[in-house]
Amino acid sequence: MSILIDRNTRVVVQGITGRDGMFHTRQMLDYGTKIVAGVTPGKAGQTVEGVLVFDSVKEAKDATNANTSVIYVPSKFAVDAIYEAADAGIDLVVCISEGIPAMDMLEVYNYLKDKKTRLVGPNTPGLITPGVTKVGIMPGQIHMKGNVGVVSRSGTLTYEVVYHLTANGMGQSTCLGTGGDQIVGTGFLDVLEMFEKDPQTKAVVLIGEIGGTDEEEAAAFIKKKMTKPVVAFVAGRTAPPGKRMGHAGAIIAGGSGTAAEKVAAFQKAKIKVAESPAEVAVLMKDNPKEKNR
Amino acid sequence: MKIHEYQAKQIFARYGIPLPVGEMATTPEEARELAARIGKPVMVKAQVHVGGRGKAGGIKKADDPDQAFEIASQILSMEIKGLPVKKVLVTECKDIASEAYLGVIVDRRSKKPVIMVSAAGGIDIEEVARETPEKIHKLEVDPLLGLQSFQARNLAYLLYSDRKIANQTSPVILKLYQAFSENDCSLAEINPFITTSEGEVWALDAKINIDDSGLARHPEIEAMRDLDADEAAEIEAREKGLSFVKLDGNIGCIVNGAGLAMATMDLVKRFGAEPANFLDIGGSSNPENPNVKAILFNIFGGITRCDDVANGIVYAVKQLKPKVPIVVRLTGTNEDKAREILEEINLTATSSMEEVVKRAIELSGMTQTTMFEG
Repeated sequence: MSILIDRNTRVVVQGITGRDGMFHTRQMLDYGTKIVAGVTPGKAGQTVEGVLVFDSVKEAKDATNANTSVIYVPSKFAVDAIYEAADAGIDLVVCISEGIPAMDMLEVYNYLKDKKTRLVGPNTPGLITPGVTKVGIMPGQIHMKGNVGVVSRSGTLTYEVVYHLTANGMGQSTCLGTGGDQIVGTGFLDVLEMFEKDPQTKAVVLIGEIGGTDEEEAAAFIKKKMTKPVVAFVAGRTAPPGKRMGHAGAIIAGGSGTAAEKVAAFQKAKIKVAESPAEVAVLMKDNPKEKNR
Repeated sequence: MKIHEYQAKQIFARYGIPLPVGEMATTPEEARELAARIGKPVMVKAQVHVGGRGKAGGIKKADDPDQAFEIASQILSMEIKGLPVKKVLVTECKDIASEAYLGVIVDRRSKKPVIMVSAAGGIDIEEVARETPEKIHKLEVDPLLGLQSFQARNLAYLLYSDRKIANQTSPVILKLYQAFSENDCSLAEINPFITTSEGEVWALDAKINIDDSGLARHPEIEAMRDLDADEAAEIEAREKGLSFVKLDGNIGCIVNGAGLAMATMDLVKRFGAEPANFLDIGGSSNPENPNVKAILFNIFGGITRCDDVANGIVYAVKQLKPKVPIVVRLTGTNEDKAREILEEINLTATSSMEEVVKRAIELSGMTQTTMFEG
């Protein structure tokens, strides 16, 4: 088991004929992902890396029974692509595109709330169930099949942490990036709940960063609802207030959203907080709760 | 992106929010002229991208044009929280009977626009939120429906028992929400929103922050960018598709990915030094910053290929001939190829992030220039 993606995941790539779409289609195929279709309006009938292209997600789904979509279109077209996938009845939509206005995402989020479609992202590296399938842009080779669930707001920082987990013999059940934007479809709480229920996942790594209060809410949730051990890391202890640190969501606003507050919230909930990405693996290894299992 | 009060008022004016007469001036002469044209006592208000202008002496009343000249010359030579004042707003003075707060934000928690109103206006709203949160009324707006008139009326009734004042306020709340949602604001606020003894309402101050991701569809707002207020290097980086924030330390950091970049800065600090910047890359750094004593690259190859970055480093070193040591960490896609490329300029790459940070700090402390000693 794993969360959200497994061997039954059938992927349609939206924006498959673009530079990024093409490159990552190849990477995902190499990893073993079942890519059943691509979509680029007006390019039906072409093939990319052996994958047939359709004009619309609806046509692609009708023809191939795709249940998951991954979006590589430019941010200007990404909102439309999300609505199109939801309208076609796709279960899981993973939006890699970066730079969608927050106002648009507020609408998308509230529109999808009552629909069966789950959105991961935008501005996410995607998700991977090691050894089985990956839907996104992360380097597959650093991952290893195992029992640690990883959830993060970042991309390369997640790779860094996963690299240390793997190097220390701790494989992963599923690794998911929620996305670096202010408003994302799937947040920490959704993912923590799924990890708690997933039998393969025995422990969880949560990688947060400055901005917002997602980490504080996660800390409260873990304390109240989770039986599995969690190790946290928070990036941005040195970030100055009022400056956006790359990610649209990574900004300390009005003195709130600081790393110190987040670390304190985790510590208060008796959750171990690593001082560096490498230390995540050390704390995970030492976790007494983990040993008792 | 932050814009100035006078610019925010230009946007509010388009929506018919009641604003005192006023205009921006860059010289004391202009301020005198504006005050003369207004023909009444005026407020001279510093236009800088920080809060607490009033407390810092950046907002003052002038009874006549000559006094406006004097006050403007005084404010235009000030610095507020390190920022030089280059513009003032000269605006009609109003007698204040009561001060309220009206604001709209993108709320990350509820994933909705949230309107906040408070009868305790005029002062720092964050302080009100901390000390007496019960004084702030909040309303979550369904972004797909927008704000409804009845919701605006009910908020206005919470603020004012005088129905005549409330009836003038609810359209302002609707217009504020409209301005917020149509201009990709992350924040739009009026603080204070005042009543006068004659029973009028006015937006005395205006603040708008714009979501950077939405700027592309508002070229008229992009044109409001104050180049003096932003770090030139940050603007240059943005134009090249990079993300850069200047800091005060002396370890230059070049990293792929925002989260890893922050984690790298944190590690620099943890090992006892200060980062000189945040930089989520593309290519070269700016070795011209005299504070930089060492430059560290931290690259985790995924989509970014290590050999591409290595080629970039070699090119940058040959072109810019930096005088400070460079240390490199490379892990991931095409890492071996990258090492070979770096050997060309006698640079050895480590594969550990902790090691590269320690190395950078160690080398930054050296007095002689030991170039490229990896």
